[in-house]
Amino acid sequence: MSSVPTPASPTPGQSEALSDFALDSAKRTFGTAISDMKSRLRSGDLGSLPAILAIVVLVAIFGLSSDTFLTALNFANFLEQAAAVIVIAMAVTFVLLLGEIDLAAGYTAGVTAAVLALRLQADWPLPLAILLAALAAMVLGLWTGFLVAKLGIPSFVVTLANFLVFQGILLILVREGGSIRIEDTIVKGIVGSSISPGLSWVIAALGILAFVAMQYKQSQRDGSPLSMVALKSGLAAVLILVVVSVLNKNRAFENATAEQKGMPYVIPLVLIIVVVLTFVLNRTRYGRHLMAVGGNQEAARRAGINVARIRLSAFMFCGLLAGIGGAFLASRVNSVDPNTGGNDTLLLAVGAAVIGGTSLFGGQGRMVNAILGGLVLALIPNGLTLVGKREPFGIEIDFGSSGVKFICAGLALMLAASVDALSRKRTS
Amino acid sequence: MADAPILEVLGVNKSFGPVHVLHDVDFRVYPGTVTSLIGDNGAGKTTLIKCITGIYPSDTGEFFFDGKPVHIGGPKDVANLGIEVVYQDLALCENLDIVQNLFLGRERLKYGLLDEASMEQAARETLASLSVRTVKSVRQKVSSLSGGQRQTVAIAKAVLWNSKVVLLDEPTAALGVAQTKQVLDLVRRLADQGLGVVLISHNMNDVIQVSDRVCAMYLGRVAADVEISKETRREFLVELITTGRSGDVGLVNTEAV
Ligand SMILES: Nc1ncnc2c1ncn2[C@@H]1O[C@H](COP(=O)(O)OP(=O)(O)O)[C@@H](O)[C@H]1O
Ligand SMILES: [Mg+2]
Repeated sequence: MSSVPTPASPTPGQSEALSDFALDSAKRTFGTAISDMKSRLRSGDLGSLPAILAIVVLVAIFGLSSDTFLTALNFANFLEQAAAVIVIAMAVTFVLLLGEIDLAAGYTAGVTAAVLALRLQADWPLPLAILLAALAAMVLGLWTGFLVAKLGIPSFVVTLANFLVFQGILLILVREGGSIRIEDTIVKGIVGSSISPGLSWVIAALGILAFVAMQYKQSQRDGSPLSMVALKSGLAAVLILVVVSVLNKNRAFENATAEQKGMPYVIPLVLIIVVVLTFVLNRTRYGRHLMAVGGNQEAARRAGINVARIRLSAFMFCGLLAGIGGAFLASRVNSVDPNTGGNDTLLLAVGAAVIGGTSLFGGQGRMVNAILGGLVLALIPNGLTLVGKREPFGIEIDFGSSGVKFICAGLALMLAASVDALSRKRTS
Repeated sequence: MADAPILEVLGVNKSFGPVHVLHDVDFRVYPGTVTSLIGDNGAGKTTLIKCITGIYPSDTGEFFFDGKPVHIGGPKDVANLGIEVVYQDLALCENLDIVQNLFLGRERLKYGLLDEASMEQAARETLASLSVRTVKSVRQKVSSLSGGQRQTVAIAKAVLWNSKVVLLDEPTAALGVAQTKQVLDLVRRLADQGLGVVLISHNMNDVIQVSDRVCAMYLGRVAADVEISKETRREFLVELITTGRSGDVGLVNTEAV
């Protein structure tokens, strides 16, 4: 038995054999990094590339066809619009990674927002109100998780039922036709208030530093060349600096009494959430097990992973995150009503995740996809409104109308789902 | 060959409802030895493996590991003993890379976080020690690997975990000639490293080529448990499989089964 190799004590003579893993030992150059990327794309693993392209193309189109699109006001507005959907998309990503769905995530957001607003109205201190709201969100998620993981009901059915149940709870909490006002300045400020321009620059600088550090560390691990790190870092730095400089311009209306400038609070909040969740998925055992269950449930089970517990917890985290999204929704309009988290919230969230490149079939996806997809879906109606009435080919079309907006968002989602299905066909 | 079995199961019975699948099965695995488990489709090979590995609870049966009686409650108990299974249907996650699959369920941690560097190193060393030469990078996703490479990864998992017994259920069933040879070489190397190896296969040439022993099952019973060599005739094994008997070896009264 002594000849059985133990990972801790490599036997001599292995060093020559190690050279077999040619790609592992060779230092990669800029060229090989690019060709790696190409072969990954060719194999059908498009990742978030379509979403990034879509963002670039949409910004170009809308920027050219409307003078207001690239203004500070519209920019901030658009990011604030996207924030809640992005966070709920991250919530849904948790269960999409398992190949499950949560159709009730929107109303989970609504119920959580209502609980928070009601407690604040009852003069609870903010931390306690947040705690109770978070608890409520997790309980809703656990309830779904229990039905899916323990009773084995398909999540599509469970969450379709919960869609009605949670909507009912929201109606009862808010009372039909009513709404709950939010007076708490902190909650109101999440979406709507901005960090001072000076501090915005500091945050931008920190963000760039963190990005460069992360890219560098990654390159040390996978041997990608420094030129690639420099390129990515450079692009990110330019993007961040442009965005912050636009946000730091005064965007208040002409006759407004006070100036309005700086980075909206939601931006660093969303970024912190995405970094934390990405960290959990990539660097913790829990995240690894979650991806494994999404990839091959049977393999995960045989590896000793408690599949039911992973399912249950994923739905719980989904609930909690949807709840945070609910707080963002409420903060944007400073109130909660029976439609908070309703309408197209859930569709946009699932759409954002999928357009960003997260698979509907499980095992494939990243948290940052939610941001990319969320931006695409927020860009579409925002840009279309600004484009307004036009007469292409002699037919008058109001691009700002709800009809056109819905059709465009729907087509984007359909396109993303097709890419997902096709790339899956290609790899299997 | 060492004479004490590393793994021994005695008197295993297993029924699925009214269907009595395993009848008083005795089965032994010796260290440094490849034991082939052969039998027609439906003879009960897979069921026996699943009983040994705790996937199915057996109705009766005693289990001994290293001479000591053990209780097998589930797959975790079996893994803790040092028994690894490479299933017929591959138990790998295609969306994860080789390292992630090798360490699935037993990830190494550093400060509570995944210790990727150390896992990657160990994975590379294990594959190298098995002379696996066809994998370009241990960070390749399993979805990009060929059938033979996947089987290799699944087998390497057993070695990485310092297992004493490895059970392989038809590891070459879906493979071409070259890949089959690769996997069989690997199977032989495992035994030469001192592991007790069980191979389920329908290919008698493969069986004769790599096995030291053969356990033939016939309709849920053990028909023969014998040593074989490269000179063993193929017809002998085929007869055991199809009739449960060959010459003076085999079940006495196969009609009564
Ligand atoms: N889960 C099960 N439920 C009922 N019958 C089963 C089950 N698994 C196997 N069997 C039956 O047990 C017998 C042996 O099957 P199996 O162990 O798969 O055979 P082998 O692997 O030797 O081809 C077959 O008749 C099969 O139909
Ligand atoms: Mg079988």
